[in-house]
Amino acid sequence: MKVRLATVWLGGCSGCHMSFLDLDEFLIDLVDAVEIVYSPVVDVKEYPENVDVCLIEGAVCNEDNLELLHKIRQRTKVIVSFGDCAVTANVPAIRNQLGLGNRESVLQHAYITNAQDNPSVPKADGIVPQLLERVMPVHEAVHVEYFLPGCPPPAARIKALVGQMLSGVEPKLEGTQLKFG
Amino acid sequence: MAAKTLTIDGKPITAEEGATVLQAADEAGIKIPTLCHLDGVYDVGACRLCLVEVTGVAKLLPACTTRVAEGMEVKTDSERLRKYRRITLELLFAERNHVCAVCVANGHCELQTLAYSQGMDHVRYEYLFPKWGVDTTHRLFGMDHNRCVLCTRCVRVCWHVEGAGTKNVAGRGTRSHIITDLAMPWGESDSCTQCGKCVQACPTGALFHKGSTTGEMERDRGKLEFIVTAREKKQWVTAD
Ligand code: SF4
Ligand code: SF4
Ligand code: SF4
Ligand code: FES
Repeated sequence: MKVRLATVWLGGCSGCHMSFLDLDEFLIDLVDAVEIVYSPVVDVKEYPENVDVCLIEGAVCNEDNLELLHKIRQRTKVIVSFGDCAVTANVPAIRNQLGLGNRESVLQHAYITNAQDNPSVPKADGIVPQLLERVMPVHEAVHVEYFLPGCPPPAARIKALVGQMLSGVEPKLEGTQLKFG
Repeated sequence: MAAKTLTIDGKPITAEEGATVLQAADEAGIKIPTLCHLDGVYDVGACRLCLVEVTGVAKLLPACTTRVAEGMEVKTDSERLRKYRRITLELLFAERNHVCAVCVANGHCELQTLAYSQGMDHVRYEYLFPKWGVDTTHRLFGMDHNRCVLCTRCVRVCWHVEGAGTKNVAGRGTRSHIITDLAMPWGESDSCTQCGKCVQACPTGALFHKGSTTGEMERDRGKLEFIVTAREKKQWVTAD
């Protein structure tokens, strides 16, 4: 049976997914071992049931992120925080330094103060998700099994962790493989 | 001076009276993790990363400020020590804003290196995300309070190697922070000689040369050691 693998992109820049694609020929080995059931690189709309492993890129920034994350937790055996935004909240969390209630001020700054044309804050209920008061690392919202730091984690590091998981050993990264940044 | 005999990790060691456990371990080739310790200036025991176990003492002791004693049995590695080092590191990361990906010290940072060498894969505590500023008023140097671990290495070199006494610590608890002179912008300090020793001493991205961008802030610690050796031993030699 192939391992049912999902990869998810929350509040991140997609750099971690780019690094995943950097796995080069290991991706071909991966195709034999896993079935990608949900990912920004496959066209599946709804996060499926019975997922074995999910790599989560990005911090938890808005209500959609949070809702999806709870769904993922219910439907997934093993969650991996994939990259610094997921592990530490990283760059997306810089807005937390402005204190709670920064939602309005960051939107104001991005869409009004610094806008060249049509200054207006995008607002469409049910389409544009509300920002959370405070950006969180993934493990602050749900239980996380393994951590894969790096901004982005280099392909070799992804390969090491995924390789360990596929060969059935307890994943464990050490030394420089745990370097942030 | 009398010699003391002790064991570190079971290894019999002779050290000079008055030497610290850290010095004795170092001479015996046993590595203890440190952060606030800086060769060339006195130790203050600020970071608690160098904690060791000493037989007969219930609490853990900092190796950098504990003197060797006759018959002492020191352990530098155990499950308990690893646990406390992890906690200490995680608290340091949670206390300020460490965004390694966009930090001047990325790749050359002692805090970052300690974190991965001690196996820190995430921080279990809630990050405080405090609001701190960056002082870029000095002509040559900048200070980013977001990255400061309050090791006071900068304060100690400024007072005791340069003798300027510009840098100091103000505030208490999580509001403790490094100031220049009477808490004024660094660029307005009269006492700063612009020597840059604090920048050389800083283990993190908190002090930097202006103009350095992500990952560019490398330091040459040898310079400080050179000055101290020259002054104390009248020897103008470099380590290598
Ligand atoms: S000071 Fe060190 S640990 Fe902190 S953000 Fe910079 S590189 Fe990372
Ligand atoms: S540059 Fe020299 S004098 Fe100025 S604060 Fe730093 S150590 Fe002190
Ligand atoms: S500025 Fe650097 S050297 Fe000074 S206390 Fe902070 S981390 Fe230590
Ligand atoms: S190195 Fe000993 S307490 Fe910091």
